[in-house]
Amino acid sequence: MTRTGSARAGLRGWGGVTGMAVACAVTASLTLLPLSHGGADSFGVGVSGPGTATAVPARADDCKDPEASLQPSSADGPSIAKIKARGKLIAGVDQNSFRWGYRNPETGRLEGFDIDLVRAIAQDILGDPDKVIFRAIPTNQRIAALENDKVDVVVRTMTINCGRLDQVSFSTAYFQAGQQVLAPKDSPITGYDKSLAGKRVCTAEGSTAYEALEKQSFGAVFKDEHDGTEADEDRLTVPNQLDCLVRLQLGEVDAVVTDNALAAGQAAQDPAVVLKGDKPFTTEYYGVATKHGANDLVARVNQVLVDYRKGGADSPWMVSYRKWLATGLPGITAPPAPKYRSN
Amino acid sequence: MTYPPNVRTAPDHVPAQPPVPASVPAPQGGAWSEPAARLRAAATTEPGRLQIIGAVLAALVVAFGAVTAIEVSDRAAATDDVVSRSQPLSAEAANIYRSLADADTAAASGFLAGAQEPRDVRERYEKDIKDASRLLVKAASTTDATSPSGQEIATLNQELPRYTGLVERARANNRQGLPLGGAYLRYANQKMSKELLPAAERLYTAETGRLDQDYDSARAWPFFSLGLGVVALGALFWAQRRNYRRTNRVFNHGLLAATAASTVLVLWLAVGHTVARTELQDADVHGQQSLDVLNQARINSLKARANELLTVVARGAVLTADGRNDKYETDYTTGMKALGDELGTAGKLADDSQGSGPVANAISGVSEWQTRHRTARKTDDNGDYEGALKQIIGAKDSTGESFNRVDDALEQALAHEQGEFTRAAKDGRGALGGLPVGAAALAALAAVAAIIGVNRRLSEYR
Repeated sequence: MTRTGSARAGLRGWGGVTGMAVACAVTASLTLLPLSHGGADSFGVGVSGPGTATAVPARADDCKDPEASLQPSSADGPSIAKIKARGKLIAGVDQNSFRWGYRNPETGRLEGFDIDLVRAIAQDILGDPDKVIFRAIPTNQRIAALENDKVDVVVRTMTINCGRLDQVSFSTAYFQAGQQVLAPKDSPITGYDKSLAGKRVCTAEGSTAYEALEKQSFGAVFKDEHDGTEADEDRLTVPNQLDCLVRLQLGEVDAVVTDNALAAGQAAQDPAVVLKGDKPFTTEYYGVATKHGANDLVARVNQVLVDYRKGGADSPWMVSYRKWLATGLPGITAPPAPKYRSN
Repeated sequence: MTYPPNVRTAPDHVPAQPPVPASVPAPQGGAWSEPAARLRAAATTEPGRLQIIGAVLAALVVAFGAVTAIEVSDRAAATDDVVSRSQPLSAEAANIYRSLADADTAAASGFLAGAQEPRDVRERYEKDIKDASRLLVKAASTTDATSPSGQEIATLNQELPRYTGLVERARANNRQGLPLGGAYLRYANQKMSKELLPAAERLYTAETGRLDQDYDSARAWPFFSLGLGVVALGALFWAQRRNYRRTNRVFNHGLLAATAASTVLVLWLAVGHTVARTELQDADVHGQQSLDVLNQARINSLKARANELLTVVARGAVLTADGRNDKYETDYTTGMKALGDELGTAGKLADDSQGSGPVANAISGVSEWQTRHRTARKTDDNGDYEGALKQIIGAKDSTGESFNRVDDALEQALAHEQGEFTRAAKDGRGALGGLPVGAAALAALAAVAAIIGVNRRLSEYR
């Protein structure tokens, strides 16, 4: 497979000097053990040794470090009180992302890495992992659902970025992902590079992948004639990333560009396709989103994440990773290190 | 030569006359000049004029009879086309359309039930596909392949196997518990609703258009026949009046018989055609228009049901173009609104209790369906997916139950209106039955009678 690359996953990429001390302290224990086993890396953005980190360039003018979140805390606040009064945590999740949040047609139950994390949050706040109302929300309803109080948290492969920080609050990162090219095993496509020239590439409408192709397409064909209108053909740009795998299997497109985490879910459903290229060509972090300014809830989730990451190879995070993601995304040895705001 | 004021004196001259026209014209004239000269010569004597009048009268009634026979045969053939060709074709196109929409609904329904697809749902899907394929073959055999309808049939024949392929892939993935199955089902639905159903709808519209054309030709007034009938009657009347003025005899039996036969034929033609028109009008308004709106309603109910099911299959994965709402839920709402409107129209068109009963039943089924749908949506929104699923595909008190009620009621209404249509259209066809043969016979009778009548007068000159 492609992912036999460089060094570690978790902690490189954490830029802010302020967060470094905490980051190192918390992650060292989690990462050193796996590293000593020489774990392969799926997200080898930087080739940094254990305990070191490379600086991340600023993402926006006044938003240097979107992944830095509030310090963990178990203190109650208005948001927590509301959840406790209700007796249920309402979580906005995906139902279609294999191994992340999806409804198993066999059992009818929601399963996946995101779902495990939601249950851990419910366990911490309400003492019962089943006291959760799962609401399936589409990708572009995630922020609206929080703003309209339809859900308490969104745990739905949601990327932390500066643009969203004005609308919602994020926990610390619980997963590192990036855009990557997915293609059939024997395809001449080698990754996000010149091999895409003249190829038909499928992306989800309005996705990061689409934006990336708009900036640099390497000559790939990736737009429908009537994109964004009622007459949209849905051939190359599709409503959902999974639709891309359908088109890929039917030979209607040559490659898919999507989040590698989701692409791994696709690869897990079709052994004939693989992630191309050594590593993702972008770096993104997934966080748990809450309503903007729900600081008590953010701190509480961060506390849950601290416990979730704790325990090395037997941490709940690693257990969940091995259960859901290791097949499609092998080589991850530890969760990403959290970063906290200094103030 | 002078004209005797009283015909009674004429017989004296008669014996002399025939030889004159026969011997006078010189044979030097061309092919045209001889008959023309004979005619001119004949017109100068009363017997000659009578001969001409007799010939013209006979020709007029024969022409009247012939044109009537031809025009009515034409109308009868068009009516026959309506009853036995274009309406069945339109009904079959509607059936293709419905089978396809039904297959899509059944596929989604079976998919939602999980790996253990209920047998009856599977059988319904298979029957729909079988029906659609069979009807497409049949439609292809009666349609010119280069016509627009032929092209729609070709599109349907090409896309149907692709559609079933996608549905089977969806089932296979679903059985393995892979969410990819849902994506395949949505793709199949997209193919169905963006390619197959529009083609089937265009086919249905084209076939119904052909039906309307046949209607129009069947209902067109036979102006030539009626016009000629009036002219023939007028000529007969004029001949009798002339006869009366010359002889003081009131009745000439032959001409009278000819007039009577022509009058009967004109009346038969007018009444028969009016009845046929009325019946066809009835078949159109109470049969075909009801069938049309009921077919649309049934297809909209099937589409709405498929969208309702896909809302649960897609689980928010697909949004409307503006990104604000769930696509399938929005399409469901649009479909239900159209369904409600069409049922309202169908209720107005239904002209008897047998027709309006099922429509009223369908209307109440729709409102029950919408109430249950809102409950199920609320259940789903509250996170109880299993509960919502039960409210949508469960056997009791589910939206599925309401949908079946609507579908059954519409099927019943369609069967009734189809019966109404066929009865009225057949009555219309019956009203013209025998008219072509009758026209020929009556016209022959009238012609013979006219000639006899004229000959009777003519014999007075011998």
